[in-house]
Amino acid sequence: MRTADGVPLKISLQRALVRSRIRALLLVVPLLAFIAIAFVLPIGDMLFRSVDNRIVESILPRTAVAIQDWNPNGTELPDEAVFEALTLDIKAGVKARTLGRVARRLNYEKPGMTSLFRKTGRRTKRVAGPPYKERILKIDNRWSDLNTWRLIRREAGALTSGYFLASVDLKTNDRGEVVWQSEERRIYLTLFYRTLWMSALITVLCLLLGYPVAYLLATLPLRTSNLLMILVLLPFWTSLLVRTTSWIALLQTEGVLNDVLVFTGLISDDGRLQLIHNQFGTFVAMVHILLPFMILPLYSVMKTIPPSLMRAARSLGATPFTAFVRVYMPNTVSGVGAGSIMVFILSIGYYITPALVGGRTGTFISNFIAVHVSETLNWGLAAALGSLLLALVLALYLLYDRLVGIDNMKLG
Amino acid sequence: MPPPVYASPIEKGWHYSYRVICAAIFVFLIGPIFVIVPLSFNELPYFTFTPEMLSLDPAGYSTKWYHEFFTEASWQDAVQNSLVIAIFATLISTFLGTLAALGLSRSEMPFKTGLMALLISPMIVPLIISATGMYFFYARIGISSTHLGVIVAHAALGTPFVLITVTATLVGFDHSLTRAAASLGANPFQTFFKVTMPLILPGVVSGALFAFITSFDEVVVVLFVGSVEQRTIPWKMFSGIREEIRPTILAAATLLVCVSILLLTTLELLRRRSERLRGIRAN
Repeated sequence: MRTADGVPLKISLQRALVRSRIRALLLVVPLLAFIAIAFVLPIGDMLFRSVDNRIVESILPRTAVAIQDWNPNGTELPDEAVFEALTLDIKAGVKARTLGRVARRLNYEKPGMTSLFRKTGRRTKRVAGPPYKERILKIDNRWSDLNTWRLIRREAGALTSGYFLASVDLKTNDRGEVVWQSEERRIYLTLFYRTLWMSALITVLCLLLGYPVAYLLATLPLRTSNLLMILVLLPFWTSLLVRTTSWIALLQTEGVLNDVLVFTGLISDDGRLQLIHNQFGTFVAMVHILLPFMILPLYSVMKTIPPSLMRAARSLGATPFTAFVRVYMPNTVSGVGAGSIMVFILSIGYYITPALVGGRTGTFISNFIAVHVSETLNWGLAAALGSLLLALVLALYLLYDRLVGIDNMKLG
Repeated sequence: MPPPVYASPIEKGWHYSYRVICAAIFVFLIGPIFVIVPLSFNELPYFTFTPEMLSLDPAGYSTKWYHEFFTEASWQDAVQNSLVIAIFATLISTFLGTLAALGLSRSEMPFKTGLMALLISPMIVPLIISATGMYFFYARIGISSTHLGVIVAHAALGTPFVLITVTATLVGFDHSLTRAAASLGANPFQTFFKVTMPLILPGVVSGALFAFITSFDEVVVVLFVGSVEQRTIPWKMFSGIREEIRPTILAAATLLVCVSILLLTTLELLRRRSERLRGIRAN
């Protein structure tokens, strides 16, 4: 069969399909390009930074090349050529004011490197010519330590696993083996663990508080439930900072709740409770903030359960409790799953609320990412911590997709 | 709603105690938001009720924190920044998001699920991670510490909301309408503005409102990507809480609550209009 212009119908239809596919795709392309530049590339940049180690290579270029000929497992120091390369690199680094950066990078792996480089940097001015080895060794005897050179050789590559190791409290020791950090420097595993268990508890609390409310909203007549729904939606629409501020006003030691307790004589004036800047504060504020994200999916699932199911169970002799547990609750499992994953995902990445009400014991992994980005400037470690958190969230996102389907995501 | 007449005493007891539990949860949800309203009229610079306030003495109340909010330059700059950034971010995300939703809702769209997952990801990825990535990358391309950088970042965070709401309105959309318009001689633009747009408008507007509030409330990305020049209201509140707690923050918070009530009302009206238009009757 052929169309009017003589093209076989099958081919003509195929062409039409391809054309309409391209038209559909063209509508999506602008957003796709925008998201790629504004969002995906930044995330990629962060992922790359977590393994990027070009700093040693770029600031100590001659040393990085020369040291490759040295055997790190031997018992001898590198030869004159390596020391010459190092002297030239350090001089260049001092001149370009970049030496501090490489020193800081090496210091993450081995404390003391900053002072070694600073000292050497000051004194290399006087090292005008050979013998470089002898003169450098005279500046600081740490240069005669084989481990210093092993470290430089190890970090001369363009990629490092150092940041990822550090983010799970591991490090590479002088012999190149992966070992635990010393006891007092192990903080991140504890922090990941705390983020996970606190988020899990927040999710459970949201479920415990959200389930009855969602059930009430789903079973009341629509007119009443629409009114009550406002009480759920208003917090949902209220600025996060407003809600956090309210909890500070309520919970602080000189705050409303403590005043009420003192006023009613339940506690004495100097026995005021510490309700904020600790884990308790994080729990209360986060449950309040995330509760609507639990209620809304639960409600939309419960809305679809016909009331006749419960009536049928009752008429067959089930007590109200049995009917609820055996008939109603199994029907809400998808809502429970959707709400729980949503709350958990949001919770493990939270930054603002724990930062303001969490104190020292109620902060999450994201608070440390922020500290490393803006205070310690250890961007590689911030990126590695962020990558681990991202992997966790994406795994949960996939689970959510399996369970609920991303297409079915609803708002408000 | 009273319990059924045939309910046993235990059932009646449970019925009422269940209501009490729910009422308590509602108080937990809504109470904290309204506690700050009277506190913002405090005469003294505290975050708590003074004895004068509790005895309803007019001298215990004052509007000076509102006065400070509306006259102090740094707050006014913050209001202006918040509005400028949110409005431009909303325009970008509404335009791009609506366009993409139109494409994604076509049945012949290839890689639909994968694209949707990718385009919604800015909503899922924790803000701290997006902010960290943007902090590095925007500095590299030279738009960090500019209004443009913050607008671009907020637009990216807002598009998933537009995409979701517009896609949801398009679910009930009858595609034969556009074909009918085309067969009657309308060009694609006329078809879009005369036929499609009026039908999906509620979705577009509610998506835009979501995008607006996302930007208007957002603080992590502004802190990372912006500088003092881009200081927004949430930034002012965040740093205010960390450094010196003044009731001006409560005044700002109260005003923000008013904004959210306004937005919620608009959204509810839109939802009803949309249901009416598409013939879905509420009971």
